[in-house]
Amino acid sequence: MSTQVEHADPGIFKKYFFSTDHKIIAMQYLFTGMAMAMIGGFFAYVFRMQLGFPNQYVPGYGIVTPGKYNALVTMHGSIMIFWVAMPVLIAAFGNFLIPLMLGCDDMAFPRINRLSYQIFLLSALVLLSSFLVKGGPFGGAWTAYPPLSAVGAYNLTPIGATLWLLAVALEFVAFLLGGINFTVTTMNSRAPGMKMYEIPLVVWMIVLASVIFMASVGPLVAGAIMLLFDQTMSTGFFDPTRGGDPLLWQHLFWFFGHPEVYVVLLPAMGIVAEIVAVFSRKKIFGYKTVLYTTWAVGFLSFVVWAHHQFVAGIDPRMANIFSVTTLLISVPVTEMVFLYIATLYGGSIHLDTPMLWALAFIAEFMIGGVTGIFLGSSGTDIYLHDTYFLIAHFHYTFVPIAIIAVFAGLTFWYPKMFGRMLNETLGKIHFWGTVIPFNVIFIPLFITGIAGDQRRVYNYAQFAEQSRPALQHLRTTSTIALLVMLSFQLVFLFNFIWSLRNGKSAGANPWRSTTLEWTVPSPPPHGNFSEMPTVYRGPYEYGLPGRADDFLPQNVPD
Amino acid sequence: MLERYLTAASTYAHWIDYQFLLIAVLVGFWLILAEAVMFWLIFKFRAKDGRPTQYITGEEKHQTRWITIPHVLVILCDLVIIVPAIMVWYNIKQVLPAPDETVRVIGQQWAWSFQQAGPDGVLDTADDIRAVGELHVKVNTTYHFELLSRDVVHSFSVPAFRLKQDALPGRTIIGWFRPNRVGTYDIQCTQMCGIGHAMMAGRIIVETQQDHAAWLMRNSNPAVGEPRVPPASATNGGSTMAEMRR
Repeated sequence: MSTQVEHADPGIFKKYFFSTDHKIIAMQYLFTGMAMAMIGGFFAYVFRMQLGFPNQYVPGYGIVTPGKYNALVTMHGSIMIFWVAMPVLIAAFGNFLIPLMLGCDDMAFPRINRLSYQIFLLSALVLLSSFLVKGGPFGGAWTAYPPLSAVGAYNLTPIGATLWLLAVALEFVAFLLGGINFTVTTMNSRAPGMKMYEIPLVVWMIVLASVIFMASVGPLVAGAIMLLFDQTMSTGFFDPTRGGDPLLWQHLFWFFGHPEVYVVLLPAMGIVAEIVAVFSRKKIFGYKTVLYTTWAVGFLSFVVWAHHQFVAGIDPRMANIFSVTTLLISVPVTEMVFLYIATLYGGSIHLDTPMLWALAFIAEFMIGGVTGIFLGSSGTDIYLHDTYFLIAHFHYTFVPIAIIAVFAGLTFWYPKMFGRMLNETLGKIHFWGTVIPFNVIFIPLFITGIAGDQRRVYNYAQFAEQSRPALQHLRTTSTIALLVMLSFQLVFLFNFIWSLRNGKSAGANPWRSTTLEWTVPSPPPHGNFSEMPTVYRGPYEYGLPGRADDFLPQNVPD
Repeated sequence: MLERYLTAASTYAHWIDYQFLLIAVLVGFWLILAEAVMFWLIFKFRAKDGRPTQYITGEEKHQTRWITIPHVLVILCDLVIIVPAIMVWYNIKQVLPAPDETVRVIGQQWAWSFQQAGPDGVLDTADDIRAVGELHVKVNTTYHFELLSRDVVHSFSVPAFRLKQDALPGRTIIGWFRPNRVGTYDIQCTQMCGIGHAMMAGRIIVETQQDHAAWLMRNSNPAVGEPRVPPASATNGGSTMAEMRR
């Protein structure tokens, strides 16, 4: 059956802007996410300049006032999580990979899929529009604790605060639509023969992330509506003088906010699993165990939220429970990392660029994981809460997730997406130019954190203990490392654009991989498979004894 | 370990510092071990011509024990961490030792203000001392603080004491500290509270008994007259104790 006949060329506008093709939608999410990453990265540059070189003119921006600083950190956090990590990791990779890896022609609900992206784009535009309104964008931190976020007289950005809230709520709608689509597609549209335990891990993990997202976001959507009413209709859901409670928002926010960490972690873990298997030519060590630990992580992620609130004024006895669950969740995550490391044993490890990124993810994420123990232990959290130790900790998880794993995935699937190979040399320059400065940015911040630097402060002049020159040197070091890291991203951009035309032609399966997306031409045509595949085995059959080839694709009969 | 980076000036600062050290040693060991094993595997099994890969499912007993054993050890380490962590938490946040003095700490955009008893040793009387941005306390004295906020969420943080507690509008949160080192220390606000957040600084001045008494006399409201013995029905037992010691 030829798909080309059914899918006649619809014209450029319809093809690229109103497409229902999952691959086009994936690209829309990817490029929107990358554009937002540039904005979020620019904000990081501006406020790090202010911290590294206080009160100096920031080239390309100007003087950073306290109000602008607050807006910059708020927008950096919101954008990087909601408009970069989620669209790229879940929506872009999810849309691109799920139908191709499952062996079907498109998502279960292609038009819901299109709607999902359109709402997502709208949410991004609403957020960006807050830069144009009176008072500027919201500056009350990405957690938006009321009463600060609820009352214009407190936050001084009444319109910006409401736009921020609307944008976040719209973004949630987009991902609810996307999540339903991913889940239904994976449950219903797999190629004949593909059993549950033969689904590639990245698909499993994106689907589980979507399930976690859909199950956790409900309370926050309700909370967002209540906050919107508090802002615009003078209700008092979070106002203690009228019977409301500011802590209610914190519970609703973190009931979503903590699972959200795993919503972005799991797709990253999945991407890394695929790459580690391909480039060490090994079966994943304990595929089912990886899956069970993923489920355990997903379940536990719902019962750790109040560790963000140990010192927030909750009943102190509650901290004990949440401290235990928080340390408990370290167990399946540790096990997952051990399984990935064990996969390397007995392999034949090729250090191509995607593998470098995947290994860097494991190495750096472990640092983020173990520093979480300091914060999850209620006793030490009293001191470390809301310091730069916390900032450094979660950047050691989020940068591996949203930067390192994304580069791993992009360099790995670029040949499939665009039909050409990226330049290896430029890829390696970009890798080292990103990973080394990344550590130089955040290791000093662990130290300023344990020396007492509190977060969200544009200038430490008011604080004698924080004004010690040694701490300022560390902040300046961190800023300079950020400048180096950002400038190396130009290498990637150049490589990305240059290779679209000039890269080596990739062929269908340049990495000699086993999963179904590598059985179709690169880039895959509309409709994906000229002949719908049948699956005969699991996704990681590398190094099978007694065979000439060291890999056996899922769709090849025995 | 933490004291290398910031003075410890309260009794429980050391509890937190020891807990930090304990975690650092345990997780440091695992981190270095795991990273070392990973880099060793990358080196040992780098691609070489003519060396086939091994087919390992990771699902048989003799294979899974390489995961199960570290897994059990990690749980053990978690236990070793969590028990003292909860003890530290319990002793700082859950139980309140009997106070010698009580101070009221009020957060509002964008300053800390303090109310403490005047020479009569009783809070909420006419000779109370009210100050903005500066809290004078006696060394080796157990203080209760009543923490309030007049507007948004703030967080009362004294890094040298390892003290941190959010201040919520509509609630009074009671906590404690016992300074054990004379000196002047920073008070921060660690919860985003608006454009003046970075300006919301204060100082806590830990003084000797004599210096504190002198400060008290200088600053108490002269109109109130002689210090008086608090009535037996004083709501605050701690003040009575302080009075008796005096």
